Amino acid sequence: MIRVQAENFDVGAEINALAGGNTAIGGICSFVGLVRDFQHTKQDENRVSAMTLEHYPGMTEKKLAEIEEIARTRWDLEDVLIIHRYGRMEPGENIVLVVTASAHRKAAFESAEFLMDFLKTKAPFWKLEEDDKGDGSWVDAREVDEAAAAKWEK
Amino acid sequence: MKILYFAWLRTKIGCAEEEIELPDTVKTVADVLEHLRSKGGAYADCLSADKVIRVALNQDYAKDDDAVKATDEFAIFPPVTGG
Repeated sequence: MIRVQAENFDVGAEINALAGGNTAIGGICSFVGLVRDFQHTKQDENRVSAMTLEHYPGMTEKKLAEIEEIARTRWDLEDVLIIHRYGRMEPGENIVLVVTASAHRKAAFESAEFLMDFLKTKAPFWKLEEDDKGDGSWVDAREVDEAAAAKWEK
Repeated sequence: MKILYFAWLRTKIGCAEEEIELPDTVKTVADVLEHLRSKGGAYADCLSADKVIRVALNQDYAKDDDAVKATDEFAIFPPVTGG
């Protein structure tokens, strides 16, 4: 299941809801991405005071659904949840949640990493960082993220 | 054709979405980009060869030689940075 939303989410509640009564699940793996209080798009060390995530409504849902489908084909998964937020967020807030549930841990661990790697390079989101003076700068894509996604293409 | 812009392309070109009338000679993704570039100003600046951009056609990633038609949704944006 995928959800694209402005509002925050409760990680524990989401995991419990996904596990809810499915006794075929032997393990659940989750990844939570947070807004980091560290300025990495500028040379100075002004801390990030906020971040705004822009996205492409329609294509976002389409790409996330495709990524989920690939994971379900590659691994034997009982359930998948991807939540990605958009809009303005402050340091410490949740941005993204990936939860995978399977009978055994290996499929859950691997597919969660795959989902994050693919999501970061394929889902149409863009981060605008705001420093403590209120100046915004668009975050550049990183080659390490492309490399991380490429390793799953083998 | 409906053209969408995101992130710094949206702010530099100054709109999120516009409808553009394309000449019949425009047949591919590369032709659309060249047509926009020929408008000059922010278009030429944003779409110059040194800028790294991505194109989506009807919400799927597209390549330069993919065919386009007037009813397509054509989006231009920088490499994605979500997650």
